[in-house]
Amino acid sequence: MEILMILVIGVIFTVATYLILTKSLLRVVIGLIMYGHGAHLLFITLAGLKQGAPPLLGEEAVAYADPLPQAVVLTAIVIGFGVTAFLLVIAYRTYKVHQTDDLDQLRGSADE
Amino acid sequence: MKSSLMLHTITRIVAFIILSFSVFLFFAGHNNPGGGFIGGLMTAAGLLLLYVSFDLKTIKRVIPFNYTTMIATGMLLAIGTGVVSMFLGDAYLTQYFDYFQLPILGETELTTALPFDLGIYLVVVGVALLSILTIAEDDA
Amino acid sequence: MNNIVFLPILIPLIVGVVLLFFAKNLKVQRVISGITMFTLLGLSLYLAHIVYYGGTHTLELGNWPAPFGIVLVADNFAALMVSLTSIVGIVCLFYGFLTLSEVRQKGYFFPFYLFLITGVNGAFLTGDIFNLFVFFEVMLISSYILIVHGGTKYQLRESIKYVIINVFASALFIVGVAYIYAITGTLNMADISVKVAELEQRGVLNVVAILFLLVFGMKGALFPLYFWLPKSYYGPPAAIAALFGGLLTKVGIYAIIRTFTLIFYHEPGFTHTVIMFIAAATMFFGVLGAVSQFDFKRILSFHIISQVGYMIMGLAIFSPLAIAGAIYHIAHNIFVKSALFLYAGATQQVTGTTDLKKMGGLLKTHPFLGWTFFVSAMAMAGIPPLSGFFSKFALVLSGIQEEQYWIVFVALFVGILTLFSMMKIFIYAFWGEQKLSNEEAKERKIGKVVVSILPLVALAVIMGLAAEPVFVYLLDIAEEILEPSNYINSVLKE
Repeated sequence: MEILMILVIGVIFTVATYLILTKSLLRVVIGLIMYGHGAHLLFITLAGLKQGAPPLLGEEAVAYADPLPQAVVLTAIVIGFGVTAFLLVIAYRTYKVHQTDDLDQLRGSADE
Repeated sequence: MKSSLMLHTITRIVAFIILSFSVFLFFAGHNNPGGGFIGGLMTAAGLLLLYVSFDLKTIKRVIPFNYTTMIATGMLLAIGTGVVSMFLGDAYLTQYFDYFQLPILGETELTTALPFDLGIYLVVVGVALLSILTIAEDDA
Repeated sequence: MNNIVFLPILIPLIVGVVLLFFAKNLKVQRVISGITMFTLLGLSLYLAHIVYYGGTHTLELGNWPAPFGIVLVADNFAALMVSLTSIVGIVCLFYGFLTLSEVRQKGYFFPFYLFLITGVNGAFLTGDIFNLFVFFEVMLISSYILIVHGGTKYQLRESIKYVIINVFASALFIVGVAYIYAITGTLNMADISVKVAELEQRGVLNVVAILFLLVFGMKGALFPLYFWLPKSYYGPPAAIAALFGGLLTKVGIYAIIRTFTLIFYHEPGFTHTVIMFIAAATMFFGVLGAVSQFDFKRILSFHIISQVGYMIMGLAIFSPLAIAGAIYHIAHNIFVKSALFLYAGATQQVTGTTDLKKMGGLLKTHPFLGWTFFVSAMAMAGIPPLSGFFSKFALVLSGIQEEQYWIVFVALFVGILTLFSMMKIFIYAFWGEQKLSNEEAKERKIGKVVVSILPLVALAVIMGLAAEPVFVYLLDIAEEILEPSNYINSVLKE
């Protein structure tokens, strides 16, 4: 299972890298979001996909899953949520002000 | 946009289901799956459905919240819960809980994590709706 | 159990939230944020005092014991950085009062300013690697907002690149934390240090070390990763640019010094050699950029990069004197670099431009501005008896002691070029033909603004004149952070 997940994460990182290297601003933003998701999945996977009951009060079991990666990734997801919202707003504003989402045209010239 | 009868009718029913389920999720939190973040996101989704299916202006009149104030209140509540334990001589964010006999509910566990979660709930609802409405209102 | 360790994080956070309620009332916002920053300064100086005399203070948040819960650790290094943050925070805030337009001040400037301070202080004080990520994000999100604050066309275009590169770096940070957790099974930095020492740093741990160097290097503007800095720091108004230029890169440097003295210190032959090459390249290319520019703010932005190289050079040499020199350089740079950015803002107010070729003769019309600028420019270039000299002296001396002659050569060469480019600013902007008419010059008085910068200049002078006691203090800090067992024992209480 871990091997499969690692392969999936590899695919996600590949796609994300491709998207970040494109010219369209929106695609870059989507690529960044995918990078975040890939990193979260990597955390969960590397911590070990353990067999065991959910680590909740009231669950009677011999073994429990490790709660820490889940808590950490939840925190990271929440932060990612906020950052994504901000990224979308600022990308939208940039598009509105500059009337383009082509990063080549957003490069800027030396004499300003 | 022409108002769609089907969307309106379904929204009226579904929004209530979503909102009440979000309240359930909020109270389920802490010891079981659920909590302020999930509950808040679901509430935001329910409210967003209202905004989408009815007009932006109509819903603004019905729900006249200032979402910035909502975020600030929520954060203050969440931080304040942690500060209380500082005054009681423990480390920041130390939590306390006890069991109480409440009418109707019977024996209930009350924790200081609940107001903290309520703060998170308010922040999440505020942030989600504020960021979406900011883009939506900027029509051109 | 010391809640005082948490107060430098809590106070700006709570006040920032309260200020959200007064979004439209400028006066209340100014008064409250001013009082808060002074409280913070007093508090952080007190913290530095009790830490120096009473040993490292720790706080286990929520009373969860050390390797499991989140710990905050105030050792001497962290307490010093928190104090520096409040000093530069006060100056930039008051400069902001005087210069920022009312529209900008009303647009939630003060809450996010305080959130930024929260994030910076948190990053200094935390003892948990994931918590470090969280505080980095608090700091970064506030910085995203402050850097586009005002939303001019130029700001939007350059800030989006700043945001993109930092979001990418954050994703890499999570990857790094994931590797660390997979290898050691803990997130507490003291505990990680213990586990890494048991495992002997090899193979995959070196990879993780380089990954962290990459992540923090992106925030700290190290050699191949500095390309975003000069353009994005050019956009925002001087008060914000000064805070960023003085403070934000240093948070990245602090994180590098912390991780490479506490966790990844077992194979200096590999990691610290890499760092040394990066340091040399950062210094050299940064200063080349500065030499080639003809714009006040851009020269200063490139100087941030070359100065960062000196700090990393201290870490790479890795002796107590070198680390003390690096910390001295951080402190010196926070003061002087912020002051210089504020001077750039002040001259821009007078002349209406940052292009050096369009300025001239300011020394005649604004002598006060000119001479105080001259003092801080010389401090920056490292002229004795000002502060910049002693940090470079310590770094060069330790480089010779450790027989790393080539880096010493690079450092001295870069020092000459720094002096050259600072003189270039002085000659073009303050000497030469007077470009402003006398009436214009009389109208544009900025005495008040310059006075608000003076504390930083004064500190740079004092740091230079009192270099001996300062170095006694800094050598104590350096000895402390070079012996990781101090940190580990105070956190895990063994």
